[in-house]
Amino acid sequence: MTAAQPLPDPTTAPEEPAVATPKAPRLEALYFALRNPKLVVGLSIVLLFLLVGLVVPPFLEHTPGERYAPPLLPPSAEHWFGTTQFGQDLFTQFVYGIRSTFLVGFLGGGIAAVIGMTIGFVAGYKGGWIDEVLNMLTNVVLVLPTLAVLFIIAAYVDSYGVVTQSFFIGMTSWPWAARAVRSQALSLSSRDFVDLARLSGVRPWKIIVRDIAPNMSSYLFMTFILLFGGAVLAAAGLDFVGLGPNDGMSLGLIMHQAVKWGALQLGVWWWFVPPGLGITAIVGSMYVMNVGLDEVFNPKLREM
Amino acid sequence: MRKYFGRKIFVYALTFFAAVTINWMIPRLMPGDPIKSRLARASLNDAGAAEALYGYFNKMFGLDLPLWQQYLNFWVSLFQGDLGISIWNFPTPVIDLILGAVPYSLGLLLPSIILSWLVGNWFGAYAARSKWLDNTILPIGYILTATPYMWLALLLAWSLGIVAGLFPAAGSYGLSLQPAFTWTFISSLLEHWFLPFLSLFLVALGGWAIGMRNMIIYELESEYSNYLQALGAPRRLIRKYAFRNAMLPQLTGLAVQLGTVVAGALLTEIVFSYQGLGYLILQAIQNQDFFLLQGTFLFIVIGVLIANFIIDIVYALVDPRVRVQMQGGAK
Repeated sequence: MTAAQPLPDPTTAPEEPAVATPKAPRLEALYFALRNPKLVVGLSIVLLFLLVGLVVPPFLEHTPGERYAPPLLPPSAEHWFGTTQFGQDLFTQFVYGIRSTFLVGFLGGGIAAVIGMTIGFVAGYKGGWIDEVLNMLTNVVLVLPTLAVLFIIAAYVDSYGVVTQSFFIGMTSWPWAARAVRSQALSLSSRDFVDLARLSGVRPWKIIVRDIAPNMSSYLFMTFILLFGGAVLAAAGLDFVGLGPNDGMSLGLIMHQAVKWGALQLGVWWWFVPPGLGITAIVGSMYVMNVGLDEVFNPKLREM
Repeated sequence: MRKYFGRKIFVYALTFFAAVTINWMIPRLMPGDPIKSRLARASLNDAGAAEALYGYFNKMFGLDLPLWQQYLNFWVSLFQGDLGISIWNFPTPVIDLILGAVPYSLGLLLPSIILSWLVGNWFGAYAARSKWLDNTILPIGYILTATPYMWLALLLAWSLGIVAGLFPAAGSYGLSLQPAFTWTFISSLLEHWFLPFLSLFLVALGGWAIGMRNMIIYELESEYSNYLQALGAPRRLIRKYAFRNAMLPQLTGLAVQLGTVVAGALLTEIVFSYQGLGYLILQAIQNQDFFLLQGTFLFIVIGVLIANFIIDIVYALVDPRVRVQMQGGAK
């Protein structure tokens, strides 16, 4: 606070010619992005996992449920993550689990982001009774304990896939995003350029998409990342209690099976440690990446 | 003041109404026949038994009545404290099972929520703008918040419980004991309580520390901090003001996080076979006991609502602006 003098605000830096504006801010963001260790480390870990989830499955010889190896083998060169009590290869399960983790994150976080942002923008821009009603709705859904609602919903569905699960998660986890976006949109919608757009008869929807949203795009992106992490954790919780999708493999399901078949008592640590570690690594590096992004977009937070 | 609480109570009443309606609606809204699918899952071999059960459940749910009457009946029986009869633990009423489990859940939740909030805020306040603390607490905080509740619980149960043998890894008291007010029972209770508590405490800790750190940095950037600094106020004093101002959003954050923490407690209880509400939920899911599942859900919602209301009261007491209004001062 006292010692670290903030850098001169780059947008007003004199040596930067004003004509070069279309490209300069983006390049500048990139410049800071590449020099931000949090962003670089977080992004690399996330991309590494994404790559593993996307690229590796086709090369695996066995399916995650296939029982072909001796049971309860500790990690070895043959079975990198060991095997389950039923002789399933845990590395195979892990890789497929990563895949569905990203799927749930993208879809669940994406649906939540769309709902939350729509409600937030409309409430913040429109104001008045629309704001009141949407705010009430947001507060009601916000107070409901999400995972408990998901338990109830999932328990009554006979069989469903990852996409449906993401849909359920998205439908229940949007409220805080709506709240955050609303307050940002509210402060932006009283700016001069929005007034100008309004006066010139631009449609509200167009104003939101073209004038308000681009001015908080970094904020929206970071909101999505947090929703992504939340969706992954919620899905893991559902899978863990045995209410996950009936088809496919997920990291939560591996832990569910480990607990169900007594991995704790048997001391089979390789059954339940890697899946949780995978989730923690993915979600944790996304959070760290978010801090890095925040520092890149917000010059005040840069500590040099 | 009245407006503040009036609004809050209205939202909570609405939430409760929504929760009850969800609870009522979901079994009826889901595609297919819920009773049939439940019977299918039970995999009965005898066709006659299945038919008898079908008729029984149809009556039980009152599914032969018109919809509006079903809905009304649902509310009536709810206010009579009638949540149905458990199938898993037949013929105990669901409400009795829940009331038996609530003390265990509360015993885990209250200390872990309050302590993690206090300790997390304290750590976060110290970490803000102090280089090496920030560089250690921040990553640890992010790792902790990203940790799935059940995974940390599994790690603790395995490492401290099974490998090191320091604490029992399952159950809420010794198997040979009966609940009683004796020293052996209480010490066994505490021993079994410790690991689930620690697990919940640790996961929540990181989020509070990060939140407080960010709030303090934000406060230290604000006008009044600059002004105080310009006046030559000592660093400690400025930080004290910043801390006080940062407390309020953190309190709101606690209200927002409650649902997540409660859900985390459910998962943690399942790992430790700790006989709170989470354990009931697991039994309900595994035994297709839908009355129990729905009853527990309602209880969790009620608990979260009450906790939210308490936080609102505390907020009003702590926030000087609201306090002044209450005492009839400046409007």
